[in-house]
Amino acid sequence: MSSKSRDAKAAEIRRLLAEEGASVAENTRGFNEGRYESVARLDDYDELKAEARAIKEDAIERLPELIEEVRESVEANGGTVYLADDAADANQYIAEVVKDRDADTVVKSKSMTSEEIAVNDHLEARGTEVWETDLGEFVLQVADEAPSHIVAPAIHKSREGIAELFNAHFDVAEPLETAEELTQFAREYLGERIEEAEVGMTGANFVAAESGTMALVTSEGNARKTIQATDTQVAVAGVEKLIPTVSDLQPFVELIGRSGTGQDITSYVSLFTPPVESPTVDFADDETPLSEVGSDDREFHLVLIDNGRTAMREDDQLRETLYCIRCSACANSCANFQSVGGHAFGGETYSGGIATGWEAGVEGLDTAAEFNDLCTGCSRCVNQCPVNIDIPWINTVVRDRINRGDGGAGGESAEFDWLVEGLTPDEEPGGVSLQKRFFGNFETVAKVGSALAPASNWLADRAPSRWAMERILGIDRRRELPAFESQTLVEWFEARGGSRIAPTAADREAVLYPDLYTNHVQVKRGKAAIRVLEALGVSVRVPEMASSGRAPLSQGMIATAERHAEEVAPPLLDHIEAGRDVVVVEPSDLAMFEREYGKLLDGERHRALADGSYEVLEYVYGLLEHGEEVESLAAGEGEAVAYHSHCQQRTLDLEPYTTAVLDAADYDVITSDVECCGMAGSFGYKAEYYDLSMDVGEQLRDQFTAPETSDRTVVASGTSCLEQLDSLLLGRESRHPVELLDPKQ
Amino acid sequence: MSADVAEEFAASLRDLGVSWSRTTREGFEETVADAVEPPAVGTELPFEGVSLAETDVTADPTPARLDAATTGVTAAAFAIADYGSVVLRPDESGTEPVSLYPERHVAVLAASDLVADMPAAFDRLAEAVERERGGGAESGGGTEGGDGTGGDAIIATRPSATADMGALVTGAHGPKTVHVIVLEDE
Repeated sequence: MSSKSRDAKAAEIRRLLAEEGASVAENTRGFNEGRYESVARLDDYDELKAEARAIKEDAIERLPELIEEVRESVEANGGTVYLADDAADANQYIAEVVKDRDADTVVKSKSMTSEEIAVNDHLEARGTEVWETDLGEFVLQVADEAPSHIVAPAIHKSREGIAELFNAHFDVAEPLETAEELTQFAREYLGERIEEAEVGMTGANFVAAESGTMALVTSEGNARKTIQATDTQVAVAGVEKLIPTVSDLQPFVELIGRSGTGQDITSYVSLFTPPVESPTVDFADDETPLSEVGSDDREFHLVLIDNGRTAMREDDQLRETLYCIRCSACANSCANFQSVGGHAFGGETYSGGIATGWEAGVEGLDTAAEFNDLCTGCSRCVNQCPVNIDIPWINTVVRDRINRGDGGAGGESAEFDWLVEGLTPDEEPGGVSLQKRFFGNFETVAKVGSALAPASNWLADRAPSRWAMERILGIDRRRELPAFESQTLVEWFEARGGSRIAPTAADREAVLYPDLYTNHVQVKRGKAAIRVLEALGVSVRVPEMASSGRAPLSQGMIATAERHAEEVAPPLLDHIEAGRDVVVVEPSDLAMFEREYGKLLDGERHRALADGSYEVLEYVYGLLEHGEEVESLAAGEGEAVAYHSHCQQRTLDLEPYTTAVLDAADYDVITSDVECCGMAGSFGYKAEYYDLSMDVGEQLRDQFTAPETSDRTVVASGTSCLEQLDSLLLGRESRHPVELLDPKQ
Repeated sequence: MSADVAEEFAASLRDLGVSWSRTTREGFEETVADAVEPPAVGTELPFEGVSLAETDVTADPTPARLDAATTGVTAAAFAIADYGSVVLRPDESGTEPVSLYPERHVAVLAASDLVADMPAAFDRLAEAVERERGGGAESGGGTEGGDGTGGDAIIATRPSATADMGALVTGAHGPKTVHVIVLEDE
């Protein structure tokens, strides 16, 4: 990305933050909180998710078979099935159905798949009126805008905005104002359109192949009316919507509403095995009793759409995208999405975390590239996905492909290549942008920085340097740079003469993994961690080691990350083999060992490393549980602390260990409950995303400047969080919680 | 229906803002009269000893009567206690339009048709779909051998609602209010 396109992107994000940010934030956060409450009421949440995932895995595996099966069952019911290769093919077929029916008006209930093929444009160009009956979609149709959310398409619009829109667009006697008035108006207006329509179009959340039963999940009842009131139904569904049987719907029915809007269940879950038996109603008819009206003229067309899905199924990395049930949990739990919504964090059709996979599959890498960077890999969506899709991993894979393909930054001027020369290892192609190469090879930057500190810090902070860094590397000059220590943690530990506890005198031996930041920047927290472990009787080692590969992975440089994993794993596994525990200070590096190394190493080595590694306070917790005395650590004496955990640490469910240890050491702890600090590694440094990063951080600032927290000592587990907190809470320096426990503090 | 399940159903309905009443066959007519807002229409109920005939509810109305109605009364095939859902079976007699178009929906449920949870509900639904399919196959592709529902079912929970207009509003396209009448077994 050139500095010019970075400026343009930053300006677009600022515009969306200003115009749509407030509505998006309020609504998505409401859904998100509702989801936490609703899933907490399920006794068997994890089992349901595992069951849902297993059904999808099986269905996608057997997809060709299920397509044949649904064809037979729908035809046996008296309907037809059309398998469309792409959007044009599907649109042509649908237009034929509409033409055969001689339909002037088509009513639609909300369907992202129909958005994907842009069927409205196709039909309208042929002279057919198409009306969206979902009220959110209707608002967008009137406003001529695209959805900004896959479940609540008009989430970016305020009531005032909608009232203004309707009052200007429709001939209303009295200006509409309240949500009730707006809803009533739309209900009546669309009621007339539904009555006029000959063809009703719906999507399908699921289609059971065995019986041809489709499930529609709605709240408004418009899908029911769309089907009830028209005698020709066209259902548009991606082929991935097929599941084997009606019984397989059960876990999805329990999960989909909760995962999306946080309702235990939506108002209506309709199971239709079309053509439906309901009588077709002509409201003018005052002669025929309903039971005699009949439904003989009903016809049904199931249009199954491929549009890239077969290729996704054959793609080992994108296949998981097809398990997606379009619930929007990944969008609602995403801190960046909560700030800007789907008009920034989305492509032609889909938005939010999983959208990268969809857009890469159905539109191509160029479309996915436009918003792929907005996934910071924080992993907060991972546990929220009802089918356990590793969404950040899909985004990383797509980022890697963008780097390698023409859709990346390959066009960027080579003029400044010398700056990061030597930073790009051989495995990565030259198309990776300078910015990504800089952040992706932060290990080299850190080594040089430490070697030249403090001169490097002074130089980096000079105005001309900051200007150049911003223009060439896209590092926002408003962000304070990390200050490199001239003596690394490893050097300090060596100079100190190793551990104060001899291995022979200790019950346990631990290897403190010297991650990049702890080794070069946050050396203090590394020293504190060593002293805390020693105070609890652990003999510590701090060997020189390669970095985990988190930095290149974040930039989508998977080959480089894999090389790091191959360097890091053998020595750590040797230690584990020798009975030592691996202790990690930086949560994102622990997450690397526990999660991403599963993709980079073979299963056996990954499991051994994951099982043998601990987050530092998780480890301390374990030591205390095994009889070590908390009195060996610095006591809080009731000190008031505000603690922000770390997104990846929370995904791994490690936050409770830190709070438990601080409690035990007599600290009075309040924790933040925001999804993410908004910094996420390199993200907050990037000029194009700085404003968004700070906007996301505002929530955390609000929590930590509220009356009950404003005087508290601020602690955070991740380096990025600490940097973000320092920017947000000017003058209140934040620390890692292990520093509070340091007996020598 | 066990007392626990009935209690849970009542609690679920309360949480959803859905009113309900309990009655016997003898008290049915009076209970219906209390539950509906006239003009009311309905589909004839499949429960023995119970009929809309002696009530003010117009059974098997014309579409025009349906259009003018404020309340629609239909049977619920069964209900799910932990979700407070009633399961409707769209059929040839018009359960779907009668439960959908009027502002108020009154669902009549036999107490014995209450199931505890979603897995139990899906056992029943899958059975019904299977029965319908079996019937369909015998009659050569039609659905005449089935129960006249084509295997359709609506799991309806609380009134229709939308938040798309800037605040939560009930009665988006479907009913604004829902009332459940539980018919006790004797």
